[in-house]
Amino acid sequence: MQASACVYGSPRAALQCFFDAVLRSLLILAFALLLGGCRRGEAGGLTLAGSTSVQPFAELLAEEYMLRHPQSPPINVQGGGSTAGIQAAQTGAADIGMSSRELRDDETGLYAITIARDAIAVIVNPRNPVSDLTLEQIRAIFSGQLTNWKAVGGEDHPITLVTREEGSGTRGAFQKLVMGEEEIFGEAIVQDSNGAVRELVASDPHAIGYISLGIADERVKVIKVNGVEPSIESVERGEYLLVRPFLFVLKGEPQGLAKDFIDFVLSPEAQELLAQEGLVRVD
Amino acid sequence: MKEERLIQWLLLIIALSAISVLALITLFIFKEGLPIMVKVGVTDFILGRRWSPGKGVFGIFPMLMGSLWVTGGALLLGVPLGLAVAIFTTEFAPPYLSAAIRPAIQLLAGIPSVIYGFIGLTVLVPWIRSHLGGPGLSVLAGAIILGIMILPNIISISEDAIRAVPKEYRDGALALGATHWQTIWMVVLPAARSGIIASIILGMGRAIGETMAVIMVVGNAVKVPCSILDPTRTLTSNIGIEMGYASGEHRQALFATGIVLFFLIMLLNTAANIVIRRRSR
Repeated sequence: MQASACVYGSPRAALQCFFDAVLRSLLILAFALLLGGCRRGEAGGLTLAGSTSVQPFAELLAEEYMLRHPQSPPINVQGGGSTAGIQAAQTGAADIGMSSRELRDDETGLYAITIARDAIAVIVNPRNPVSDLTLEQIRAIFSGQLTNWKAVGGEDHPITLVTREEGSGTRGAFQKLVMGEEEIFGEAIVQDSNGAVRELVASDPHAIGYISLGIADERVKVIKVNGVEPSIESVERGEYLLVRPFLFVLKGEPQGLAKDFIDFVLSPEAQELLAQEGLVRVD
Repeated sequence: MKEERLIQWLLLIIALSAISVLALITLFIFKEGLPIMVKVGVTDFILGRRWSPGKGVFGIFPMLMGSLWVTGGALLLGVPLGLAVAIFTTEFAPPYLSAAIRPAIQLLAGIPSVIYGFIGLTVLVPWIRSHLGGPGLSVLAGAIILGIMILPNIISISEDAIRAVPKEYRDGALALGATHWQTIWMVVLPAARSGIIASIILGMGRAIGETMAVIMVVGNAVKVPCSILDPTRTLTSNIGIEMGYASGEHRQALFATGIVLFFLIMLLNTAANIVIRRRSR
């Protein structure tokens, strides 16, 4: 390849040369644009990673924190799932791991702080006449023993069971709170996020699933469990029992920016913010 | 001369680095996945019907069957349709029409799989649920979406094979009094057979390896399907849906799923290569 050696021998060559030059500058411009949005992670920043259930709330808190401390190094929030988040905290890949379930016995040597509590709502399609189930009925449905809506007072139609994938924090919490020793039916349909479960239940009149209460909207019907309507109030009164913690997990005692951020998260104003978003405050 | 040598070496190094990346990937998958396969037992792992990573039970038979069902369904839909289009554009369509159809087919190949999955989820799945029954997320939905996705592979390679049939064959058949259709059915298609088979095998490889669109429409239930309206889970969607959250043995088992997939695809590619080689001879 030769560098642009333009000899204006003829008008055509000159034109060719001009287009070459234009093309070349366009290419350079394109590369410059590619790098334009790039920002190197600054030293001293804080990285949060983990549960996709906690992620939107952590993003909100990070935004709010940055508004109050414009001089602070940036706070990055990433997804990946509870288990991955806890691992990231263990290995140091993230400063803070986010988990939407309690730590397992084999996840040791970690410092965990509950930043809020979240209710798990069992949801059905609004067209489904069933609106109240006992914990035993829910367990029987999700373990595959009850397979027809008729058995719980609905119409005579098979139940479409929707669950989350193995390793999901919401599934882990549901397993622990509702199923106990029973296993979730292996042939249930598996969706890989709260939103996907909600979409499916909203479109299938015979589906049942479970999601974070904060994510439930008018397109799905939230089931009363043992006659208790899930809400922040009923959780605070201790009546609604399907509640799990949202955890921040660290390798050791929080220090520096991490400590400052966690102090902010536990402050009354931040807790009020979380309560507005449908979580249960811990202070 | 000396310069040429240098460039030869340079090209060799580049070629080798491409192959070594492939080798490293293979090595990595085996290193991560083999221990759990050995621990569970290869037959138990492949033929086991229960998948319960939380309890350390790993059997991928339902996923293997799911992959075969969905891929088989895709071929059942995609091959006749694809062949019909290839025959039409090469034998029947006026030049301007085939000139319009061909780029449209190529365009199909350029649509991202997540778009196929999204259309499947929002249009096809509700339609199946309300008209055919079941939860909608099903083998059928996966087969239809994949059947459309493999069309470009099947059409373009079959077209080439049909076009490569010497004109003398056609002329001879027509001279013997065969009709146009008899010529196609009894002379052209048999002569192009190996190319058509290669196109089908490549389409099969594409279908078996597709992940995103499949995750969105098959329901991912760990279940050997009993009907095409049942949800199921394929080998690829097993990896895709659980990898983000997996750790320890669960993660290893997903890599082991990758090993099984690897062998399945190797098998298909080897078959494709043999067929293609036989064709060029």
